Amino acid sequence: MSDTQRSGAGASGEELLSLDATELARRLHAREVSSVEVTRAHLERIEAVDGDGGGDGVHAFLHVDADGALAAAEVADRAIADGGPVSPLAGVPIAVKDNMTTTDMPTTCGSRILDGWRPPYDATVVGRLRAAGLVPLGKTNLDEFAMGSSTENSAFGPSRNPWDLTRIPGGSGGGSSAAVAAGEAPLALGSDTGGSIRQPGAVTGTVGVKPTYGTVSRFGLVAFSSSLDQIGPCGRSVLDAALLHEVIAGHDPRDQTSVDAPVPPVVEAALAGARGDLAGVRVGVVSEFAGEGYQPGVSAAFTDAVRVLGELGADVVEVSCPSFSYALPAYYLIAPSEASSNLARFDAMRYGLRVGDDGSRSTDDVMSLTREAGFGAEVKRRIMIGTHALSAGSYDALYGKAQKARTLIVRDFTAAFETCDVLVSPTTPTTAFRIGERIDDPLAMYLADLCTIPSNLAGNAAISVPCGTSADDGLPVGLQVMAPALADDRAYRVAAAYETARGESTGPRIPELRALEGSR
Amino acid sequence: MTAVVESAPYTVEEVCEHFDPVMGLEVHVELNTATKMFCGCANAFGAEPNTNVCPVCLGLPGSLPRLNGAAVESAIRIGLALNCRVRERSGFARKNYFYPDMPKNFQISQYEDPIVFDGYLDVPLDDGTTWRVEIERAHMEEDTGKSLHVGGATGRIHGADYSLLDYNRSGVPLIEIVTRPIIGAGVRAPEVARAYVTALRDVLRGLGVSDVRMDQGSMRCDANVSLMPKGTSTFGTRTETKNVNSLRSVERAVRYEMGRHAGVLLSGGAIRQETRHFDEQSGTTSPGRPKETFADYRFFPEPDLPPLEPSADWVESLRAGLPERPWERRARVQTEWGLSDEELRDLVNADALDLVADTVDAGAPPEAARSWWVSYLAQQANTAGVALTELAITPAQVARVVAMVAEGTLTNKLARQVVDGVLAGEGEPDEVVAGRGLAVVSDESALTAAVDEALAAQPAVAEKIKAGKTKAAGAIVGAVMKATRGQADAARVQELVLERCR
Ligand SMILES: [Zn+2]
Repeated sequence: MSDTQRSGAGASGEELLSLDATELARRLHAREVSSVEVTRAHLERIEAVDGDGGGDGVHAFLHVDADGALAAAEVADRAIADGGPVSPLAGVPIAVKDNMTTTDMPTTCGSRILDGWRPPYDATVVGRLRAAGLVPLGKTNLDEFAMGSSTENSAFGPSRNPWDLTRIPGGSGGGSSAAVAAGEAPLALGSDTGGSIRQPGAVTGTVGVKPTYGTVSRFGLVAFSSSLDQIGPCGRSVLDAALLHEVIAGHDPRDQTSVDAPVPPVVEAALAGARGDLAGVRVGVVSEFAGEGYQPGVSAAFTDAVRVLGELGADVVEVSCPSFSYALPAYYLIAPSEASSNLARFDAMRYGLRVGDDGSRSTDDVMSLTREAGFGAEVKRRIMIGTHALSAGSYDALYGKAQKARTLIVRDFTAAFETCDVLVSPTTPTTAFRIGERIDDPLAMYLADLCTIPSNLAGNAAISVPCGTSADDGLPVGLQVMAPALADDRAYRVAAAYETARGESTGPRIPELRALEGSR
Repeated sequence: MTAVVESAPYTVEEVCEHFDPVMGLEVHVELNTATKMFCGCANAFGAEPNTNVCPVCLGLPGSLPRLNGAAVESAIRIGLALNCRVRERSGFARKNYFYPDMPKNFQISQYEDPIVFDGYLDVPLDDGTTWRVEIERAHMEEDTGKSLHVGGATGRIHGADYSLLDYNRSGVPLIEIVTRPIIGAGVRAPEVARAYVTALRDVLRGLGVSDVRMDQGSMRCDANVSLMPKGTSTFGTRTETKNVNSLRSVERAVRYEMGRHAGVLLSGGAIRQETRHFDEQSGTTSPGRPKETFADYRFFPEPDLPPLEPSADWVESLRAGLPERPWERRARVQTEWGLSDEELRDLVNADALDLVADTVDAGAPPEAARSWWVSYLAQQANTAGVALTELAITPAQVARVVAMVAEGTLTNKLARQVVDGVLAGEGEPDEVVAGRGLAVVSDESALTAAVDEALAAQPAVAEKIKAGKTKAAGAIVGAVMKATRGQADAARVQELVLERCR
C-alpha cells in the first residue's frame, strides 16, 4: 500500500495505529480525528498485514466487515458531532473473537462445523459494544471452539505472533491479541476458559483480563466450558482494558450465572494505580509457579517485576497454594466434560455443516459423518475425554474427583487472600513457542495454561500485563495479577501501577512486520 | 378395520394365583404456564410448526436457559398436593443423548435432587375404599420437540423416507411424577393403576397447573410392570409400556402385561427388560426397538443454572393456597347440596362438578346450578360436539341468569334464550337481555299489570282516556316505561293502555 492511499487528516494513518484506545477516544471526542478516519486506518492496516491464513501474514481475522465498520463509524461520528452524551469509547474500533454471535457477520468458532451459519441474534456483549458506539471491525481467529493455546487448532489456519511470525500468538484467543499487538485493532474481546485471554496477552506483549466469573454476560458466547468461560477485554494498556471492561460488564437477565452486583470500579482503579503508589498493598508471590518448566528469561522478568512492585510500596510475601498442582488435571476433566455436552448440538440437523445427506443414509449416520468431518482433532480428543469422564463407570473417579480438586483450589485462594490483596505469578511459563513445536504433544501444549487455570476454576479475577521481554529470546513476558471474585479493581490497580513504573522501555508496542514486508 | 380381540394368555385372577404384581407408574405432565420453561416463547398446543421458537428453545449456539419461575411454583404446588417434601436446595442436570427432536442433544432435567420427593396420594377406588400410592419423587424437565416421520409403513423412524421436525414443544415445562413400587394390589392392580392416574389427573386439574389432556399428550403415562412369584419378595424383570393415552388404556395395558408376563414365566421363559408400546385397537403391547447399547445419559450438574433454593416462606404460602382435593370437595358438596350418590356420580361423569360448584360460588342455589349444567347446557354441548367445560359460557354467567329468573326478570323460557345468546357470543347475560329485548316486560301479562297499576295511580287520566281523549294515554305510557326501566315496547304499551280503557 502506498502512502497516498493512507487516510487521516490531522494524524497519519500510521500514527493513529500506534495510539492506545484512551488517546484515540480523547482525540475522537475533541473531534481532532473522525471515527471514519480511525476505522479506515485500521482496515488498511488489516489489509496490509493480515494476509489470508495461507501465507505468512498475522492472520488475526477470520472475517472483516469493512462496510459495516465504516457505517458504524459514521454513526459514531454523527453522535459525537451532535454533542449529546456518548460513551467514552464511542468511535473506537474493536475486534471480536469469533465465538461470540453477531447478526451481521458469520460466527465460526474456528470450526468447519458451523459452515454457513449466520446467527439470528447478537451476543449481549456485542450489543453492548454497539450501544456504546464502538466500531466492530471483524471476527478474530481462535483455536476451534476455544480449545487450545496457540490458534493452531483453528480450522482456518493459525494466527501468527506479530513479534515473530514463525511463532504462535497464544490461544485460544490468539487472533484477538495478535490484532491488538499488530495495530490492526486498538481493542479486542476475548474469552477465557483456562487462560485464553491472558496467555495470548502475555506472549504478544498486550494486556488481557479475565473478569470475575459471572460479571460479563455469556449470552451469545458459544459455550466451551460453561462453568469456566468468561468474556474479557484485550488492549494495549491497563486503562484501555478497564474502559472496555466497563462497557461489557454488568448484570444480564438472559444469563442466569450473571452476577447481579455493581461492576467493580476498574477505570478508577487503573487511574489510581497509574499514580504509582502501592503502599500497604499486600502482594503474594505464589511459590508453586516457579522452578522447573519455567524459562529462565521468563523467571528473571517476573522476579524483576516483583522487585518493582516492592519499590512501589507493596508488601511482598511468598504464599503457598499446594492444591494448585491439581488445577491442570482437574481442568482437563471438567472442561472437556462440559464441552462434550455443549458441543453435542452440532449434529447437522438445524444449521451448519451437513455431510452425507444423499437420501440413502440414516439420521445417525449423517450426524456421525458430519461430526467426523466438521470437528478437528483436538475437539474430538476433548469430546472423547469428557464423554468418558462423565460415563457411569468413571464419573466418581474422574469428573467427581476433579470437582473436589476444584473445591480445594477455591480454598487455597480463600486462604491466600486472607493474607494478601492480590497474588502474582508469570502468566505463562514460557514465551511464544514456534508454530508446530507442540502441536503433536498435547501435554506440552496444556502446560501453557498452568498458571492461568486456577483463576478459572475458582471464578476470580486475573489480569496479564506486559512484563518486558525475556533475555533468552527477546520475546514478551506477562505478569499475572490475581484478585478475589468481585475485586477486579485490585488487579487493575496493581497492574496499572506496574505498567506505569515499567514505562515503555522494552521496545515498540506495535512490532514491525519484517517477515511479511519482505514477502510483498 | 378388523376388530382384534383383546387377549392375554392369563386373566389377572389366574396371574395372581401364582404371582404378586408390582407396578411403577411414571406420569409426565405438561404444565400450562404461559411461556416455556427456559425462554419467553408461548407454551401453546396446536400452533403452526416452528412458530413458537427462539434461539433458546432451538438450542442455538451461545443461547442460555433462563428458568421460568411459574414452572417452579407449579412443581412445588404439585409436590405439596401430593404430600411431598420440598427440597431446600435442588438443581438441574443435563441428560445427554442424541435425538433430532432435542435441539441441544441434552435435556435439562433433574437427577439426584428432584425439587419434591417422598409423598403419597390416597386414591379412591371404585368400591369406595382408598389405596395409598407412595410418590418417590416429582421432578422438572423440559419437553422435546416432535418428529413426524414421513413415508414407510409404521410411522416410526425406521423405514421412513424423511422426517419433519417441529420445535414448538421444545422447552415446554414438564413434571415427571414417579411412584414407588406399588405392591400388594393383586387382582386390583389394573384398577389401582387407573384409579391412581385418574386421581392424579383430578388433583392436577384442581391445581390448574396443566390441561391434563391424555389425548393431546399433556398428560402421558408409562406403566412399569413385573411379577414376583407368590411368597417371594424379589422383584421380577420389568417392562415399561409407553403410548398409554387414556385412563382406560392404563388399566388395559397393566392387565395385558400381567397376563403376558405370566404366560412367559409359566412356560419357563424369561421376561426381557424392554420398552413396549400399547396398541389402543387391540389392547395389546408390542416391543419397542431394542436398544443396541446400554443408555448412559452421563448426567452432570447443569452449569448454566444456579441451584434452586425456594424460601420456606414461599413454600408455606403455596401450601396455604392449595385447593381442596377433588374427592374431598366431592364429599363436601354432596352433603351441602343434598345429592344422592347417583346424582353426584352423574355430575362427576358429566365433568360438571367443578362448573356447578363454581356457579354456586357465584351465588346460584345448588339445585338451579346443577339443573342448568346437567340438562340444558349439557344438551347444547352435546349438539355442538364440545366438552361441557369448553362451552362459551362461564359459571358466573350462568349464576347471573339464575339470579334474573329468581328476581322475576326472566322466565325459564326467556332464560334459555339468554343462555343461547351468551353461547352465540352476544355478550354478558344483561347485554343479551337488552339486545334481544328478552326481559320479562315483553311478557304480555306483566305489561298489562304494569299498565293497570299506572292507570290506578292516575284515575283522572284514566277517566280522560275512557272519555275518548286518547292523547292523554301518553302520560300512562310514560309511567309504564319508567316503571320498566325503558325495557318495554312503547307502541305495545300504548295499545294496551287503550285496550284497558275501552
Ligand atoms: Zn423459545
